[in-house]
Amino acid sequence: MARFIVRRLVQMVLVMFAVSVLVFLIFNVIPNGDPAVRMAGRQPTETQIEAIRKEWGFDENIVVQYATTMKKVFTGDLQSYFTQLPVGEEIRKGLPRTLALAIGAAILWMLVAVAFGLYSAVKAGKFADRFLTIIALIGISMPVFWIGALMNYYLGFKLGWFPNGGYVEFTEDPFDWFYHLILPWTALAILFIGFYSRVLRSNVLDTINEDYVRTARAKGLSERQIMVRHVLRNSMIPIVTLWGLDFAAVLGGGAILTETVFDLQGVGQYAAESIGQLDVPPVLAVTLFAAFFIVAMNAVVDILYAYLDPRIRLQ
Amino acid sequence: MSVPEAATGAPRPAGDEHLLSVHDLRVAFATEEGVVQAVDGVSFELAAGEVLAVVGESGSGKSVTAMTLMGLTRSPNASFEGTAHYKGTELIEASEDQLRRVRGAEIAMIFQDPMTSLNPVLKIGRQIIEQIQEHEALPDRQARERAIELLDKVGIPRARDRLDSYPHEFSGGMRQRVMIALALSCDPSILIADEPTTALDVTIQAQILQRIRELRDETGAAVILVTHDLGVVADIADRIAVMYSGRIVEQGTLDEIFYDPQHPYTWGLLGSITRVDQPRPERLPAIAGLPPSLADRPEGCHFRPRCPHEFAKCIEVPPLEGRVDSRRGHLDRCWLSPEQKRELREVRPGEIGLDPKAGATSR
Repeated sequence: MARFIVRRLVQMVLVMFAVSVLVFLIFNVIPNGDPAVRMAGRQPTETQIEAIRKEWGFDENIVVQYATTMKKVFTGDLQSYFTQLPVGEEIRKGLPRTLALAIGAAILWMLVAVAFGLYSAVKAGKFADRFLTIIALIGISMPVFWIGALMNYYLGFKLGWFPNGGYVEFTEDPFDWFYHLILPWTALAILFIGFYSRVLRSNVLDTINEDYVRTARAKGLSERQIMVRHVLRNSMIPIVTLWGLDFAAVLGGGAILTETVFDLQGVGQYAAESIGQLDVPPVLAVTLFAAFFIVAMNAVVDILYAYLDPRIRLQ
Repeated sequence: MSVPEAATGAPRPAGDEHLLSVHDLRVAFATEEGVVQAVDGVSFELAAGEVLAVVGESGSGKSVTAMTLMGLTRSPNASFEGTAHYKGTELIEASEDQLRRVRGAEIAMIFQDPMTSLNPVLKIGRQIIEQIQEHEALPDRQARERAIELLDKVGIPRARDRLDSYPHEFSGGMRQRVMIALALSCDPSILIADEPTTALDVTIQAQILQRIRELRDETGAAVILVTHDLGVVADIADRIAVMYSGRIVEQGTLDEIFYDPQHPYTWGLLGSITRVDQPRPERLPAIAGLPPSLADRPEGCHFRPRCPHEFAKCIEVPPLEGRVDSRRGHLDRCWLSPEQKRELREVRPGEIGLDPKAGATSR
């Protein structure tokens, strides 16, 4: 276990280093990416630009620039080029919103997908199965920004059943918090529900033919016990892996579109806006934050996997 | 294809109640290649404490017969005819709820492959306790104690510790012992063992069979042993039913089948046993030809195309009946008269019967 953790920590450092270098380089070669020009305002003079360049250190060697930026990441002094706001502060403000969106959506898509997938498998080949298959394919095919916008427009704006975007702090009004998140959760979960229910359905159908399921039946267990204890448990193992990784991906930027469509002001939306302004420090910070989550969730998934399937050993 | 009353159960005293009596069981599966009649009119009886061996090659319908008794072959593609009476329950027509009370508690089953028959993600203790608690309202502690006892009984060392092991931490032989413990956990009156030793190596085979026999003696459970291995049968069976292509072709006591086999297929089977007490043959003896496809079987006697003694009458299905006057419980499905058989079989007293013409042998 100790070896496992050490290896994962080393992996995390390497991934974050690679990611930060990539982000830094990308923004350096992007056309019109010179931050000094963009910061100088509408019609800047050459001297103004030069002054900004000097002040912010953009005239330095790129390696030095990278080093100073990374140092700021660790000391927490990183500032946005354009708003001059501290990046750490902004992420801290957006994080609870992004977490609320990601956790809620992950729970929703898992529960619904297990129900759909299991039901589909039990009714394999029958009408209910085919119906759910079509629903799942539609769900997989709809991009989140489109379904999100439609929901927002019809259910939020036209019918007024739900708030038209926005976010309310949980501490302020838990009910209103929940109410505001229903549409974003649903929009984000739809794709995953479609995908997961298909995967689970085929896993269940494979597992049902295992010898140990026949053994379970020969023991005199009820169909429900056989399904839950023997079939579902074994069918869930690959799904849990997917779940952990997808959850991390949603946290680390997968929710950008959902957050933007519903104006949740989370980390994703912050990243989206910063990218639009070619604002390197926030983008760098959010990317590092995402990479951290993805590597960490990878480790969590591996631990969970070893717990779910005792044949697997961590090393 | 009914079995004449006089013929069945004759060796036992009159009025002997059968624990299980299967009558004209037929199982068919609808497949893409057409309807497969896996079991084609099987009838037999099982008395308490008896070991019945069902012998036949792959595809003869022996496993399907065994699993059908527990309702494990039920599926939308399967159709069933005939009856199987167990202690007042008709198993073929029984509802799932009725069957659930029988499964595990009254009739228990040991499967062929112990490597895949246990759930890999559950501790073996849990898998045993689960069955005990399904059929008896026993608190966890007591169920656990019972599971330890069972593991101990089937010869698993340090049973108390092993209860918390996972199946992958056991060898194949040990897993089969766990399966036996599982099967015995509710004191069933019938134990069905479907090729329990096929997946195991030879030394372990002997141990497992020994265990099954001892447990039969201790618990008095009847055993249906499904196997293709006559060597296994010789050790343990009281009676033998030889199956071929979905039908029982011969049925009798161990001695009757081994020392006075009536059906040419049985001769072939017995001739296929390699013997260490005889000169080594150049080629291993085998029955010529292949068993018929289950979807497209010959009319009349199913063994006809492979039988060296086929004659005109074989186009009709021979009934399973007692043809040897002195032994009314010894049944077979062959039109030849007992005298003809004795002659064709060229059997010497006390020796396994084999017709040189019946197999591609070169003894």
